[in-house]
Amino acid sequence: MLASSTITALRQQITAGEITPRDIVLDVAKSIDARNTEIGAYLSWDVESALAAADRADIKKPLGGIPIGVKDNMNVAGEPCTCGSRILAENYSAPYDAGAIQRLRSAGAIPFGRLNMDEFAMGSSTENSALGITRNPRDITRVPGGSSGGSAAAVAGDLAIAALGSDTGGSIRQPASLCGCVGIKPTYGRVSRYGLVAFASSLDQIGPLTKTVEDAALMLNHLCGYDAHDSTSLNVDVPDFTAAIGQDIKGLRIGLPKEYYISGIHAGVSASIQAAIKQLESLGAIIEEISLPHTELGVATYYVLAPAEASANLARFDGVRYGHRSGNAGDLMEHYTRSRAEGFGPEVKRRILLGTYVLSSGYYDAYYIRAQKARTLIRNDFTEAFKHVDVILSPTSPTPAHKLGEMKDNPLAAYLEDVFTIPVNLAGLPGISVPCGNVEVDGIALPIGLQIIGKALDESTVLRVAHAFEQSR
Amino acid sequence: MPAAHQIDIHHVATLARLTLTEDEAVRYAAQLDGILTYIDTLTRYNLDGVEPTAHAMPVYDVLRADEARPGFTQDQALSNAPKRTADQFQISKVIE
Repeated sequence: MLASSTITALRQQITAGEITPRDIVLDVAKSIDARNTEIGAYLSWDVESALAAADRADIKKPLGGIPIGVKDNMNVAGEPCTCGSRILAENYSAPYDAGAIQRLRSAGAIPFGRLNMDEFAMGSSTENSALGITRNPRDITRVPGGSSGGSAAAVAGDLAIAALGSDTGGSIRQPASLCGCVGIKPTYGRVSRYGLVAFASSLDQIGPLTKTVEDAALMLNHLCGYDAHDSTSLNVDVPDFTAAIGQDIKGLRIGLPKEYYISGIHAGVSASIQAAIKQLESLGAIIEEISLPHTELGVATYYVLAPAEASANLARFDGVRYGHRSGNAGDLMEHYTRSRAEGFGPEVKRRILLGTYVLSSGYYDAYYIRAQKARTLIRNDFTEAFKHVDVILSPTSPTPAHKLGEMKDNPLAAYLEDVFTIPVNLAGLPGISVPCGNVEVDGIALPIGLQIIGKALDESTVLRVAHAFEQSR
Repeated sequence: MPAAHQIDIHHVATLARLTLTEDEAVRYAAQLDGILTYIDTLTRYNLDGVEPTAHAMPVYDVLRADEARPGFTQDQALSNAPKRTADQFQISKVIE
């Protein structure tokens, strides 16, 4: 089955003339037809246009003829872009390609299919999608994680070769961990955010979800790079990330933050991570305890800054230029308030209200500025730690996948699960989640992810460690 | 348990341009209170004199060349408008 294969393997087969891009698209479509009713990874997919793209694909290009699933918050010309929300579900058709999509197309890839997500990427279970449930392919009674839950479920369930996700507080890494695939969030500014529907602009970053670390490196090669359409895009050289694949890690210094290895971590997760640490040590890495003293502030800081930015970004949904418009409004004010109330789901409303509150007169200094100061301390913690180590290790998520509905009505408990991934976004650093074992729950082996955090712009070392670890298992 | 934060949820909802039902108002006020109580962790640290961080990888003064470049046509820009009239976005009446 081609749908269960990797980009690297399929590219070899295409180049050798054994298969065509059309064969791959058809096989992925077959897999979606067979399993999407159960998994719910895709919200929509257009086989005809993907086949047309496959037939004209330039197979000499590095990603030539490879279909890539896209999280439903990135614009692909002519396709829907619902963000998992009713507010964009009715009539929106993207008028242009996002920067990341332009780059993938230039490398020969074929954007294929729209993947489910928590509404506007707010959540870590994909249960906040207004448009359907996504199930974890390992255990369909459990969540896939989120917010890029559709992307992770598609890749891990062999409904996609690879996919794009976006990560604001862990939304690529956490679902990759819970579904058992690879997911990397690059350094902030590496990948253009142009055409990615904004959630929290100072934290959002696009990245790939793949079956192997090598595929992640290959995709990054063609996703990263300066884009004048994104004013936060970094105009820096993009190395060949695949060059990091296969290098050993002898003498590499790995930091374990003492604040991360605390109570509250599931025993099965702890055991897997401890085994991973031993494994890396046996490969020649030097393990050192480090301190990130302001870890405790991460979640609180994030839940001020991200909703604040979201409340401003989502002001654009006014029922005038695009999106849902209430049929039952009198004056202009009612037009705004009703269109938005009818279009947004509960988690989005909760975060818009929280963000509006912390930015409102009288609370701005007490919450917003205070959180920005805390962000400085968190960032400084990493700067200090990276004077002593090359990468930092942690679990990606403190628990394996929850049951569907388990975290309902307890938003704060759900927020606290992002404790290991959030600081990485606040500091703008690259982080990967790579599978590191399973924990048996109710007779089913649930995947565990190992998070490897690197210095800014040092994705190469992150990938090198991840690959060495992946290959040694 | 009495609320620790005095949140005027209707005022916040107006600022956020959201209509709330009475049920929603009660629920969101209680949930926001719980979340803000957690966020108060930030007050346990002395942050005097710490510079705020807006972006982890700051890039300053990003300006493009002052040159015309291709953009959307009027039709493209209006293609997703819920209501349009005479090649414009149509909104509710604002002037009597």
